[in-house]
Amino acid sequence: MLQQIEGSLAVAKAAALCRPEVICAYPISPQTHIVENLSVMVKSGELSPCEFVNVESEFAAMSVAIGASAAGARSYTATASQGLLFMIEAVYNAAGLGLPIVMTLANRAIGAPINIWNDHTDSMAVRDSGWIQLYAETNQDAVDLHIQAFRLAEEISLPVMVNMDGFILTHAVERVDIPEQEQVDRFLPHFEPKQILDPNDPVSIGSMVGPEAFSEVRYLAHAKQLLALERIPEIANEFDSIFSRYAGGLVSKYHLDGAETIIVAMGSILGTIKDAVDELRDAGLSIGVLGITTFRPFPLDAVREALSTAKRVVVLEKAFSVGLGGILSANITTALGNSAIKRYSVVAGLGGRSILRSSLVDFFKLADADEIGELTFLDLNHDVIDREISRMQTSVRPRPAAERIVHDLGHSTKAN
Amino acid sequence: MGYQPVKFYQTGSFVVGNRLLEAQDRTVQADMKRTNSLTLGHRACQGCGEALGARYAIDAAMRATDGKVIAANATGCLEVFTTPFPETSWQIPWIHSLFGNVAAVGTGIAAAMKVKGRTDIRVVAQAGDGGTVDIGFGVLSGMFERNDDVLFICYDNEAYMNTGVQRSGATPPAAKTSTTEAVGAHPGADFGKGKNLPLIAMAHEIPYVATATVAELHDLEYKVEKAMSFRGARYLHVLVPCPLGWGSAPSDTIRLSRLAKESGLFPVFEAEYGEVTGSSKIRSQVPVEEYLRPQRRYQHLFRPSANTEVIAQLQAIADKNIRRFDLLDTQSQSTSGNSLADQEALQTR
Repeated sequence: MLQQIEGSLAVAKAAALCRPEVICAYPISPQTHIVENLSVMVKSGELSPCEFVNVESEFAAMSVAIGASAAGARSYTATASQGLLFMIEAVYNAAGLGLPIVMTLANRAIGAPINIWNDHTDSMAVRDSGWIQLYAETNQDAVDLHIQAFRLAEEISLPVMVNMDGFILTHAVERVDIPEQEQVDRFLPHFEPKQILDPNDPVSIGSMVGPEAFSEVRYLAHAKQLLALERIPEIANEFDSIFSRYAGGLVSKYHLDGAETIIVAMGSILGTIKDAVDELRDAGLSIGVLGITTFRPFPLDAVREALSTAKRVVVLEKAFSVGLGGILSANITTALGNSAIKRYSVVAGLGGRSILRSSLVDFFKLADADEIGELTFLDLNHDVIDREISRMQTSVRPRPAAERIVHDLGHSTKAN
Repeated sequence: MGYQPVKFYQTGSFVVGNRLLEAQDRTVQADMKRTNSLTLGHRACQGCGEALGARYAIDAAMRATDGKVIAANATGCLEVFTTPFPETSWQIPWIHSLFGNVAAVGTGIAAAMKVKGRTDIRVVAQAGDGGTVDIGFGVLSGMFERNDDVLFICYDNEAYMNTGVQRSGATPPAAKTSTTEAVGAHPGADFGKGKNLPLIAMAHEIPYVATATVAELHDLEYKVEKAMSFRGARYLHVLVPCPLGWGSAPSDTIRLSRLAKESGLFPVFEAEYGEVTGSSKIRSQVPVEEYLRPQRRYQHLFRPSANTEVIAQLQAIADKNIRRFDLLDTQSQSTSGNSLADQEALQTR
């Protein structure tokens, strides 16, 4: 049913439609509205049977999900940013144990400096943890990806993280088609765990594995991800047949046919990028967009095929590896191998900085003419950076950099 | 209380032969139908108190629940020596996740059982002292506070034995560990540090808290079964000597457990909803030296000469425990335990 609805509420409704049996969560902005809504559904009896556990930390949240999932309950949690980092040991553990937990990540920057706004630094920090990572472009996507996530997770017994941009999606009210329970029930079968703690059939889960078998166990995790690579598009098609709407899949393509310049990105920024690209195409540029919906497993073949006509690829990402550069860019480069396609990285939107359509239009024009460097930080205030660097070089105790920068910006705003 | 009121001193150890007891009062281990939850083939050291404690505790939990126990285990000796891939010594459903999260894993299992209407299946979470008082403390406190239906058992050997005997928050003062060496002006662990988890557990006002040692295994079994008669969060703290970490003879594990209790250094008691409901009386009080001397971790207190000041400080700790938990019972100390009151206690427990 079409509703004008906040992203968090839409996702809470989607998660509830999947009939989770155990939900555990610790509050962190911008994830809070999701779990608040779910707690109301559980407490009111609307979502039943379900246990909602108010845990004392994210580390406990993921640990409760691990216990519940191993005991055969469909388990769900949600977090963001520092919360994800606080649970990171359990995040790896859930993947290593092959437990089909679904988690929403309301993507948010990582401190210091503390910052509650959106970027992808959090999810990038766990990209190698063994979780499947899906990225929503819209709130409709977020809803649909959650429903597919439970199906995928339980089919291959791996945890799935659905990424939705903090605030930009979680707190945005937009039109979303909330599926009917009957449709979801048809799409998502009853949870049949691949391993379960059962007194009638006792097993030991999580034993110690030494060098003699560790590589094999880890390789199996990789093999399961490769299996997911096959299943994700199939599941998206099955979803389409029941819900009459295509969502998910490995990548999304926008005006790629013959495009010479292709912009690659993940998440909600794809909307702004498409607007900018529309404008540039109207102006005669041969430009298109490739959205990465499935980041882990990374769809190397699909990306390679989608970019095959390009002369240049511009990867726009909301995170970077400090001391190296783009992370998604590095993955794209792996897909492209030694092809002659030029590659550019642009880091944008860190800590919630708005990515303006006008900035993108200007930047893509330069890119189209190969007039940009390999790595660009979009809309970076170089004056502030230069001042701070010189202060670091001249002062023995320049005081905390973040505070100085904010102070400087305050002064320049006043001066203007 | 579950302490054996019948005392036969023929072994010099307060041990009662099972054959002298009524069938229902015999230990779980004496039962042909015991589950052998932690079965043979594991790789614990000789004289390991934890292996003994875990076997008795889990078998007792199995008897109390008609064989319906799921166990979660923190990282540590118990996890490592029982499950070297691809082997396992556990004959019950068992999961190991991480070092610091076992209480929360227990919560998750309990939540799953509740939602599935299988509250007949009970959850035991177990950890060493490090996984309980230090790295697992936050999630344990959370589990207590929410009163989740989990029995948490801490097997306390008073240091990080699995990693090579480093100090934990449960390491007693003056004990030498590899991070509190017997060097400097104050050899061994500092006085005035460390935490008392049973008391902290009681402060959460959870239904049941108890301590036990592997010297009185019948008492340990009783406390596990008692714990299983409650719903909600329960905590059992079991002192388990570690020959490797304590520098004691494997054959002394039981004796040291007993001396820890008989000296007053390790008070054995139970509490319900935050109030102490009873303590296991010291039957024949011994000075702390008797407990300390057989352990190399306290060797520096006796060589080259006795450090009477530090020994007196340790004795003061024991004396405080004796006062605090009312560990001396002059009345029953002289009886043989066959009083009418004792008989009644035996029947009603």
